[in-house]
Amino acid sequence: MKNKYSIFTLIKNAFSYHENWEKAWKDPVPKKEYDAIVVGGGGHGLATAYYLAKKHNMKNIAVVEKGWIGGGNTGRNTTIIRSNYLWDASAGLYDHALKIWEGLSQELNYNVMFSQRGVMNLAHNLQDVRDLKRRTHANRLNGIDAVYLNTEEVKKFCPIINTSQDIRYPVLGGTLQRRAGTARHDAVAWGYARGADEMGVDIIQNCEVKGIKRNGDTVEGIETTKGFIKTKKIGVVAAGHSSVIANMAGLKLPLESKPLQALVSEPVKPIIDTVVMSNAVHAYVSQSDKGELVIGAGTDDYVSYSQKGSHDIVEGTLNAILELYPIFSRMRMLRQWGGIVDICPDASPIISKTSIKGLYFNCGWGTGGFKATPGSGDLFAHTIANDEPHKLNAAFNINRFVSGDLVDEHGAAAVAH
Amino acid sequence: MFLINCPFCGEREQSEFKAGGEAHIVRPKQPTELSDDEWAEYLFMRKNIKGIQFERWNHVHGCRKWFNMVRDTSNDQIKAVYKMGEKPPVK
Repeated sequence: MKNKYSIFTLIKNAFSYHENWEKAWKDPVPKKEYDAIVVGGGGHGLATAYYLAKKHNMKNIAVVEKGWIGGGNTGRNTTIIRSNYLWDASAGLYDHALKIWEGLSQELNYNVMFSQRGVMNLAHNLQDVRDLKRRTHANRLNGIDAVYLNTEEVKKFCPIINTSQDIRYPVLGGTLQRRAGTARHDAVAWGYARGADEMGVDIIQNCEVKGIKRNGDTVEGIETTKGFIKTKKIGVVAAGHSSVIANMAGLKLPLESKPLQALVSEPVKPIIDTVVMSNAVHAYVSQSDKGELVIGAGTDDYVSYSQKGSHDIVEGTLNAILELYPIFSRMRMLRQWGGIVDICPDASPIISKTSIKGLYFNCGWGTGGFKATPGSGDLFAHTIANDEPHKLNAAFNINRFVSGDLVDEHGAAAVAH
Repeated sequence: MFLINCPFCGEREQSEFKAGGEAHIVRPKQPTELSDDEWAEYLFMRKNIKGIQFERWNHVHGCRKWFNMVRDTSNDQIKAVYKMGEKPPVK
């Protein structure tokens, strides 16, 4: 049993200069066989393992990660959490996650710094206004908090926005979800890892999957850089590399992997206490607790696994940021990076069984997976444990690309994908 | 970010181009005969290769012509560029 983190352990460890904290997770050697293996040690993968152990009593399981946990897109996103999606299926999925976020720090005994500072989405033209109003109505019918703001209310909520009607894309209004916000992305991975490890899950880092062994239509195990590991159930949560793993099993997925970029500025004093997203000009910004502006840029239109991105994408985003927030004109950017996101044709995820027995995929989160981390893990664990989807992820099966029953959130989901 | 050698215009910045996805996906000859599975394969399923990939590009801010490219998607190195209708260079 791990020591519970509390104010008392903090004080106690202060006396030993914080040098004697217990390790949050072990570094185990892989066993020969597991009941289930999760491929990918990001937030979604670790959450999957956590809920498999906690809710489905599967303790003999492992998470294999080719790098270090939380080192992929979990550590590269802009940490925005919201659930104001248009369609019923998406609303159910993302609000399920948001409800778990609200109690996650307590549940994990790990401060994920979930901050419900609100997310505001701006409208810049008449069609935006209509779409955003329609979405607020749809959200409220699904029990998700959403309000529509006019230009004055936008200015009141976030005074640094340039609401002049003379700019190229003037702010005509916006929507606000107050329950939305941000969280500390690394802490989410670490909190789930610590919780899963405590229940006996083996978290195996620096272990890359090289092949999937099949016997006919059933999986038998995985070939890794640390040898063969036998298992009957494989849950793949490999984000941008999902297609690579699928190819190993002889499957094709409806995904394209593209670089998505983000950047942060030098730290400054508190200036923006919410998250503001703009679909039309593609700019979104929030401020981290360290004081850095966290800015999300767009995806490149070509397939790439290089974790870089094009300069013109960043330039376009910063142009938009400067027009909306002239106050930032002399800010300097500290870092820029790219992550490889797996984009589905309908911009909705896949949490699904496959045609191969024992092989499950949780992928296609594209540009917006972080917000769903707890819900995704919970529903994927359910799908793996029961070999059946939960009713909340039934619509996100892989067969929707055959049946045509898509969950088309492209452009509907309050952000440019 | 990289330079692309357009087969019609020569070397230009990648920002002048638009990527058009996987190349050599053949349009079904008898669309009415296709099953749902075959439609899904044609419309949605992609190789999405990490490594050497064949793809289509359009010089959208230049000659506006389509062409094909062989590119290593793991490091964005362009291996070859060839015109539409031409046979892809052997690997």
